[in-house]
Amino acid sequence: MKEWNWFQAGIGLAASFLLAVILVQPIGVSTQFVILDGIIAKTIHPEWVQADARAKSGYKSPNAYLNKSGGKYAKNIAHPLNYSFIFVLAMLGGGLVARVTRKDKTLHQIPEIHAARFGQTPVLRYVLAFFGGVIVLWGARLAGGCTSGHMMSGMMQTAISGYLFAAAVFVVAVPVSLILYRAKGGA
Amino acid sequence: MEIVFAILLGGLFGFVLERAGAANPDKILGMLTLRDLHLMKAIFSAIGMSSLILFAGILLGVVEISHLSIKNMYPGVLIGGVVMGFGWALGGFCPGTGIVAAGRGRKDAWFFILGGLVGAFIFTLQFGSLDAAGWMTDWFGGKATLVNTGAKGASPLLTGSWTPFLAMAIGAAMLAIGALLPLKPGKTD
Repeated sequence: MKEWNWFQAGIGLAASFLLAVILVQPIGVSTQFVILDGIIAKTIHPEWVQADARAKSGYKSPNAYLNKSGGKYAKNIAHPLNYSFIFVLAMLGGGLVARVTRKDKTLHQIPEIHAARFGQTPVLRYVLAFFGGVIVLWGARLAGGCTSGHMMSGMMQTAISGYLFAAAVFVVAVPVSLILYRAKGGA
Repeated sequence: MEIVFAILLGGLFGFVLERAGAANPDKILGMLTLRDLHLMKAIFSAIGMSSLILFAGILLGVVEISHLSIKNMYPGVLIGGVVMGFGWALGGFCPGTGIVAAGRGRKDAWFFILGGLVGAFIFTLQFGSLDAAGWMTDWFGGKATLVNTGAKGASPLLTGSWTPFLAMAIGAAMLAIGALLPLKPGKTD
């Protein structure tokens, strides 16, 4: 199977987002990083998630974030086999299926745009990816969603938060990329 | 049943993101450096199409309104968006595409996920004080939408039964933008 053109990609993405909202709920990803953090933290500090019959979700946490909305996140940490968490794990599986069903197996472990600017050293690429991850997830959790939740699911429903989030992201991402990945030697 | 849906829909979304090129940092950074707008065209057309069909479904009564969910608007949405934009340019992944890229066999994506867990944890610890500082205070009544969706708790800026048609018109306009944007702006051919 060849890489899809932009219109096929658009149809595929639209179908994913529509099916999700029609059958269950809008797609969102970034919250599940908090849930996985909580699952890990709970093994070290079990008191982070406590059953509490008085809480709306039945769970509470000494941490304000996990305790918000009636302990919603605390509950999902206590019961990781829930829709949203499995959905994100399944995305990893979807990426794997896409990889094994591919005819063209070419994969540039160092992105070509990165290599053109910084050369073929994997360490620098891994450092950028790691700190990119730290910054992206911090920002996405502050914003309450990421590309999937705010930009796609949000703008689809004409959410003001979705429009303003998308504008804020691109206003910064485009100039920073242009500076960071400018062609070597100017131009 | 929900878990079956999670596996099928999550698997579909992951597969689609990969085939769309969204799990490839070259495609993401190509878009952000305005050299290759493949993904920009795909995103515009996808939001346009899905919005058009969603609101048509709402008007026809075939979409379960209770499944809609509007995210709140507050200062943190803008600050978080600006911060995420910076990180996106740095790493070339957003949360969903990073996960799919790891499944796709990209080593850098695992570093992104590891970093993401650190970033999300730092925020988890900071939430209480940021909330107290007013970063999470609702704007526009919180779950603000442009049109009347009927979603629970939402506060539409425009009310009236005609507004879903406006949403469909915006959807059609986004689809048109997706079609009209040049694929490779730098190249004249």
